[in-house]
Amino acid sequence: MGYELLDHTGDMGIRVWADDLEGLFCEAARALFDIITDLERVEVHLEREADVEGMGQEELMVAWLNELLYLHEVEGLLFRDFAVTEIDGVRLRGVAKGEGFQEGRHVIKTSIKAVTYHQLEIKEVDGRWQGQVIFDI
Amino acid sequence: MRSGLVRTEIQNRIHTIMDGLFANIPSGVGSHRKDLKLDKGQQRKVLLKGAQWAVDQGYGLWEDLEHIEEKGRIPNAGPDLVSHKALDRGRAQLGTLGSGNHFVEVGYVAEVYDKDLAGALGLEKDQVTVIVHTGSRGLGHQVCDDYIRVMLQAAQRYGIELPDKQLCCAPIRSKEGEQYLGAMACAANFAFTNRQIITHWVRETFEQVLRMSPRTLQLALIYDVCHNIAKLETHEVNGRQRRVCVHRKGATRAFPPHHPDVPDDYREIGQPVLIPGDMGRYSYVLVGTQKALQETFGSTCHGAGRVLSRHQAKKTARGRAVAQELEAQGIYVRAASRATMVEEIPEAYKDVSDVVEVVHGAGIGKKVVKLRPLGVIKG
Repeated sequence: MGYELLDHTGDMGIRVWADDLEGLFCEAARALFDIITDLERVEVHLEREADVEGMGQEELMVAWLNELLYLHEVEGLLFRDFAVTEIDGVRLRGVAKGEGFQEGRHVIKTSIKAVTYHQLEIKEVDGRWQGQVIFDI
Repeated sequence: MRSGLVRTEIQNRIHTIMDGLFANIPSGVGSHRKDLKLDKGQQRKVLLKGAQWAVDQGYGLWEDLEHIEEKGRIPNAGPDLVSHKALDRGRAQLGTLGSGNHFVEVGYVAEVYDKDLAGALGLEKDQVTVIVHTGSRGLGHQVCDDYIRVMLQAAQRYGIELPDKQLCCAPIRSKEGEQYLGAMACAANFAFTNRQIITHWVRETFEQVLRMSPRTLQLALIYDVCHNIAKLETHEVNGRQRRVCVHRKGATRAFPPHHPDVPDDYREIGQPVLIPGDMGRYSYVLVGTQKALQETFGSTCHGAGRVLSRHQAKKTARGRAVAQELEAQGIYVRAASRATMVEEIPEAYKDVSDVVEVVHGAGIGKKVVKLRPLGVIKG
């Protein structure tokens, strides 16, 4: 997958790559849930829509990931497939597909408390998109 | 918490006690007690009244409140300033331990450094103690996330240049500042309530497992202190008494003897300070000092701090049976997941003794006793 783990003493982060901006948001979401659980054990049985706002791409990234974390926490869901259906400078709409957490079948590898704005970065380098996000764990 | 028990009375029952605590105190994803359901009206009261609400509902004792920072209730909480999302996360998680570094630890007094101070806290060698470490859970994180978004815009409006977006802020006496303090008070009150409920379940578990009465167990709260909070306090700054906002992030309050915010029965010794270590070594009880008030706005550190990232900890622990290693040292650990167990291996943390020596040496806290774990539950 298009991400690498950034290993800090106190927290954990990701650096992600994709060919386009939509892809970058999907890769980041996938990386988030790859850290949380063993994605190979997650099947697609349901989907949730996310509709978030933020000032610019970076804030949208945090808002999008925090929305998914909220659904994970409140509804006990694990997601594995993502799509961004609409994105402009201040709004993102996307879909996340997965299923409910089942004790025994699923594992929680790392609980992530929050997605932070610390050292947050999204940029386009030579026609490819690159992003960095730090999690509070 | 202290107890009326000594180490030898529970040492051979520690597995049953920890299994009981693990069953009675929810940890891990989505786990929740069926007998604790909050409706929106009750949740509002939690945010307004904090631990006082918990005691009202039968969780713990009125005398516990005397030994909680701010008596378990930060004033001027504004539940209307807390988003629906934060409320949703909170309702699902009140009375849960959470994961990561959160824990309940049963231990004993391994060493007494100051007999008089220990005596004033009701502590003596070999006495059984319990530490609970948890906080405002998802509600607090959501309040943070919601207000970071507010503060990002506020910082721009007030012309504050930010080295990092996570450090966004607003003047305390601005609309945004006051709203945040009202929402933060709700999160703090939620955390006080959460710990008070868990305190109650710890007592219930000891009663069930050991078949002893509360009178025999004497599980009394020594102190409950915050470690991530901003508070409006009066401090001397450049020779003048001034009202300031003290941010304690990864730090605890450490007020000296005779400070008005120290409970009556600790007035002569100062506020108790709890510095937990890792699950394999020890934790410390200290008291606050005059020097802390002068030099660190009445604050000291809150824990050992990590030396290994979670990933490094995992690598270090690869192939090792961490639970068995700890068991061999006389510490029984139950964790909701193996991941937590390996991320939290003792060598992932600094030796808390070194940290406490610095605090004690600098005079911003005074060592009272050292606690050693017998059993730990981890989320």
